[in-house]
Order: sequence, then structure tokens, then C-alpha cells
Amino acid sequence: MLNVGSHCAIGGLNIDFLINIVLLGFLVCTALAIVFTKNLLASAMLTGIYSLLTAGFFVVMDAVDVAFTEASVGAGIATILMLSTLKLTGFDEDPARHNVKAGLLAVCGAGVLLLYGIVDMPVFGSPTAPVHMHVAPHYIYQSMAEIGMPNIVTSVLASYRGYDTFGETVVVFTAGIGVLALLGASNHVPQSRVAPMSQHIILRVVSKVLIPPIFLFALYVQFHGDYGPGGGFQAGVIFAAAIILYSMIFGLDTARSVISQPLIRLLSAFGVMLYGCVGIVSLLNGHNFLDYSALAHDPLHGQHYGILLVELGVGITVASVMILIFFNFASRVDMVQEEQ
Amino acid sequence: MMIVVDVVSWVFIVLGTFLCFSGSVGLFRFPDFFTRLHAASVTDTLGSGLILVALVLQAGSEWLVTMKLLFILAFIFLTSPTSGHALAKAAIHAGQKPKTSDANEAS
Repeated sequence: MLNVGSHCAIGGLNIDFLINIVLLGFLVCTALAIVFTKNLLASAMLTGIYSLLTAGFFVVMDAVDVAFTEASVGAGIATILMLSTLKLTGFDEDPARHNVKAGLLAVCGAGVLLLYGIVDMPVFGSPTAPVHMHVAPHYIYQSMAEIGMPNIVTSVLASYRGYDTFGETVVVFTAGIGVLALLGASNHVPQSRVAPMSQHIILRVVSKVLIPPIFLFALYVQFHGDYGPGGGFQAGVIFAAAIILYSMIFGLDTARSVISQPLIRLLSAFGVMLYGCVGIVSLLNGHNFLDYSALAHDPLHGQHYGILLVELGVGITVASVMILIFFNFASRVDMVQEEQ
Repeated sequence: MMIVVDVVSWVFIVLGTFLCFSGSVGLFRFPDFFTRLHAASVTDTLGSGLILVALVLQAGSEWLVTMKLLFILAFIFLTSPTSGHALAKAAIHAGQKPKTSDANEAS
């Protein structure tokens, strides 16, 4: 591994290599801390740190789009959702232990197999690895002529791999439906008893200052995803994060009066429908499903329109599903307290 | 001119690193929650702030990078004192008492 980073070396070691080692060391420490922590609140926070470290690792590997997603989803929304779940379940780990030895044996066996698998893997970062020899050269050299997007990741995500992204959007939508079916079956919404932070003047003022830039940044990430890192998934999550911040500071009832629940349910379906409709329109124009070249006379323009619409659909669905899940979790807390 | 900028940014970086390091040491060594929080906030605001200022000086004529760093600086100055305040307030609500010298004498 050491001689991989011999070019542009600083003191005999590549700085990227050193950063990778430090980040991976932190990752291992965090993972061990998650295992040994008894307090679930601390575990939830540690998983957030784990995601943030992973995001840093992705940045070092130049996968900025993935890092963006990991930071906003893993460290942001997922931690908040875990915390609101813990509000329902309590912060203490169930003391009942399962069979530790069998689990340890299974994990060690899987670990040995993985280590055995590493032997066959190409060297870390090798340009001749099979994954870089198959379709990647086509994307790198042809996507500017075929799609015309400076950000290749967006071209691959929204156009070349449009089916996959459609599937992912449907998965997000299905998750939202699942949460609704489990938690939000009744339309009875109790008056929120979780007191808004009316005494926290500093928090209120600072969040009032911060929420507009967060919205602006979400829109930038949404519509600049063709040119820089970003896209629908990241933008949707950032948008939802701003609204979740608002409802945490100013109370759930205030947020509900701003964001109407039926509208947000409708929007979560609308995003998926927008994505699918773009595919159907290209189908009706005599091309393949999700072949955006059919959307305009000039194929490149068609690709641009298609990717813009598709990313918008993804963003709308992701944002509304995240808001929906958070609202349902939070109002569940009220319901439980009302029953008590 | 360049040498002045370099020297100033070196001073800022060394000072910022020192503050980050001493803040982390304080986080482990200080006796109670509030003093630890104080050490951590030093790392957050002044430590990273000084390092960012040094990076702004090094960015030179690349205005886009300078603006991005200044935005990061502004957001850090807004968010990290706020989160420190929220933590301290939550600790007070949860019944954490600052450790005073009286308590030391009593124990």
C-alpha cells in the first residue's frame, strides 16, 4: 500500500494516504465506541459522527456528490430520526443479552472471509481495476457529447442510470408510505404538548437567521447539480432539514400550520409521478422510457430538460417524505403522552 | 508583501492549532460539564476561526475560495456558540450543577 502514494510525496508519504489512515482510524474507534456504549442517545450521536467521518473519507476520494449525500442524510436527517425514535423508546439499552458467542463467531467468520476476499482485489485506487475498465471510460469521454453536463455524476445518475434512480425514488416514497401506514393511520392529530422552545431566545433568533440561507442553499444544490456536486436527493434532505429545524424550535403546531399535511402527502406522490411522466413522455415521442433526447428537437436540450425535471421530482419526493416521517414520529410522541 | 502574508497566516495557523489542541486537552481534563463545554467552545470558535482566517489569507486572488471560506467562518461563528449555549442550557435543565470550590471543600 505504501508505494501507491509515492508520487507527490511529502516526507516520503502521500498526504492523502495519511489523511485516509487517520480517518479510517477514527472510523474504527467510533464503531467500537458504538458497540460498547450502553446509552442509546450516545450511540445515535456516534452514528452521526461515523457518517460525517465517512463523508470526509469520500471527499478525500473525490466523490463529492456521495460525500454530500452521506453528510446530509447520514449525519443530518438519520440522526434526527433516530433521536425522535429514541424519544419514544427510551435511552437505555435492553439489558437482556442474546447469545454473544454465536454472534461473535458469525462476525469473525464473515470477517475472515472478507479478508480472504481482499487478496483478489485490485490495489486501492488502481486505475486498471475492472470497475474502471467497463463503462466508466464511456461515461468520462462521451458524456459531454451525449448529455452535455459538466458534472458526470449527474449525467450518470439521472440519464444513463435513470432507471436505477427512478427505483431509488420509489423506494424513498415506499418508505414514506410504510411509516404512514404504521404511525399515521388515524387522522386524529393531538395538540402538540412538546413545548416550543419559547424561552430559548438565542436559539430562536439564530435559527431565524439560519433557516432562509438553508432554503437558499437547498435550491442552489437542487438546480446547480448539473454543474457542481449536488442534486435532488441532497437538496430534498437539506430542504427537509430546514423545516425540521423550524418545527423543533417553534413547535410542531406552528410547523403544521405552515406545512399542510395533505399537501405534503400529495407532493411526495407528485415527485415520483413527475419522474415517471418524463419517462412516459419520452416513450410517447417514440424513444425508450426515460430517454430524454426525445423531449426537444436538439437531443442535448432534451437531456437538460429531462434531467432538470427528474431531479426536481426526486427533490420533491425526498423532501416531503422526510418531513412526513419526522412529523409522524413527533406527533407519535404527543399521542403516547396523551395516552399516559 | 507575500512574505508578510505568509508569516501572518503561519502565526494564525499555529495559534489556531494550539487553541484546538489545548481545547481538546481541556475537554478531557477539566472537572465538570460546564468547564469542559467552555474548553470545547474555544476549539470551535477561535481555533477553527483562526485557521480559517489563515486559509483566507492563503487563498490570495481566488475570490471564490475566499468567499466560501468567509461563509464557513460566518456560519461557524453563528452556530457553534449557539450549540454551546443550547448544551449548557440543556445541562442546567437536566440538573447538572457547576462544580464550585465550596463543593470541593465539602468533599
